[in-house]
Amino acid sequence: MIIQQLSVFIENKSGRIYEVMQILGDAGINVSALSIADTSDYGIMRLIISDPEQGIKLLKEQDFSVQTTPVICCKVPNVPGGLKRMLAYLTDDNISIEYMYAFSIGDDASVVLRTEDCNKTIECLSKHKMELISASDIYQI
Amino acid sequence: MNYWQQEEIVSLDEKKAIQSERLMRTVNRVYENVPFYRQKMDEMGILPGDIKSIDDLENLPFTTKQDLRDHYPYGLFATPMEEVVRIHASSGTTGQPTVVGYTKNDIIMWQDMIARCFTAYGITKNDIIQNAYGYGLFTGGLGCHHGSEHLGAAVIPISGGNTKKQIQLLQEFGSTVITCTPSYALYIGETMINMGIDPRSTNLRVGVFGAEPWTEEMREQIESLFGIDAMDIYGLSEILGPGVAFDCKKRAGLHVNDDHFVPEIVDVDTLKPLSAGASGELVFTCITKEALPLLRYRTRDITKLYTDKCECGRTLVRMDKVTGRSDDMLIIRGVNVFPSQIESVILKVAETAPHYVLIVDRHNNLDTLEVWVEAQEGIFSDAIKTLERVEKHITNELFSLLGLHVKVKLVEPRTIERSEGKAKRIIDKRKK
Repeated sequence: MIIQQLSVFIENKSGRIYEVMQILGDAGINVSALSIADTSDYGIMRLIISDPEQGIKLLKEQDFSVQTTPVICCKVPNVPGGLKRMLAYLTDDNISIEYMYAFSIGDDASVVLRTEDCNKTIECLSKHKMELISASDIYQI
Repeated sequence: MNYWQQEEIVSLDEKKAIQSERLMRTVNRVYENVPFYRQKMDEMGILPGDIKSIDDLENLPFTTKQDLRDHYPYGLFATPMEEVVRIHASSGTTGQPTVVGYTKNDIIMWQDMIARCFTAYGITKNDIIQNAYGYGLFTGGLGCHHGSEHLGAAVIPISGGNTKKQIQLLQEFGSTVITCTPSYALYIGETMINMGIDPRSTNLRVGVFGAEPWTEEMREQIESLFGIDAMDIYGLSEILGPGVAFDCKKRAGLHVNDDHFVPEIVDVDTLKPLSAGASGELVFTCITKEALPLLRYRTRDITKLYTDKCECGRTLVRMDKVTGRSDDMLIIRGVNVFPSQIESVILKVAETAPHYVLIVDRHNNLDTLEVWVEAQEGIFSDAIKTLERVEKHITNELFSLLGLHVKVKLVEPRTIERSEGKAKRIIDKRKK
């Protein structure tokens, strides 16, 4: 259930995200999820892609600073209070979130979670019958 | 014309006699009291008796900043500590400062040197001097302070920084002279304008500026901003502090107090002395200092000397404004910074050898130093807070080492230009 997310260091300059997308797109690698954390000078682009291993290799060849970070993707119902329920489970088990990003389409919403302990998070959410999306499935989204 | 001391206008023959006599005495003293010099001279096969006049200066050994470090803190002192009454220091490359000492007589001499400079600038005992050089280990503050008192002027020991207070005192205390770095003077002036105060509305008439290189353009800018005479003072702590050289109203170069500090210009590569007018590294020999009489100290400053007589009547040899350095030292807001100091901090924090570059610039007339570090493995992390911690850690370490606030910026790995051989570590965007 652990998904290898790519984290790429990019400076705040125009064209940088384009360049990453070009490298991945040219290699036929699909991007399933993306989020950017930004500071005044730089940002960290977080990506879930169809071929993490190949993606890292290509980006490193182009001198990007890249690393993988284990994250979890959880499905929650696309209704008011849907996310709240999941967060309540995590809070009860004392799991703190480092960051998360989410989107909803149709009946469901998908939440990508980065916590201090992936296995503990999986355990917690599974216990409450929350649906976790596997690495192979997420690439189909 | 007004001079502080007769020695400023003696004939060249008289000068040579004074220098020769003082040099011989100094060489004798360091040979007897400083093991470092005795060993060097023994190795070179020179005895104090071989030095018969100032013309023999070129046979003496050089001294470098590294020699001072190797004998940290007091190893090159030529007097016992009981004779020393003052110690100053400047920051060093590995956190180890360069330490200098003064005897009572050294302090008196220093006061006279400052009084010579101030007299040449037209400052008298009737002036009120706002001394905005930093007080403390740095020689600027206390050096100018005691020199001002010696001249008989009223000195306001405000020290550096606290710009609003500086402006208040300029307005209310009737300061007629300000002493500070030229970039700080411009900063004060611009702050006054921003506060709606006309910088020309105070009693200020002379500024004494030094501790960092500055250009004729900056001089014109300061003079028109405040409506004052902006005068240049040169010095370095190893030799004295401020008061080694000064410009007179003729502005034909800086007069070196060469009856105390004998300057030479040497070829940077061969270290052979060059004749007047040639550009090379400035070297000083202290011929009257008691506590720390350095022989042929290599300043690393690049300049020229002029021996022809100045229209002001002084026979003191003149040097050009310093045009560069023979090493990679930077002067940022009066603080000496070596890139190696910054590298050692980055290495310590990153635990790898990242590529980095120093960007020196000037914003609002204040020098700025940015350190760009490539976010390679060892530094890069998925968490913003970790990256910010790295930046903060480097910033704090540099502040405790240099006393300077340095902006640390993480950049993408390929940002910094690679070059064959020696990496280009410094980009100095300040106007030359």
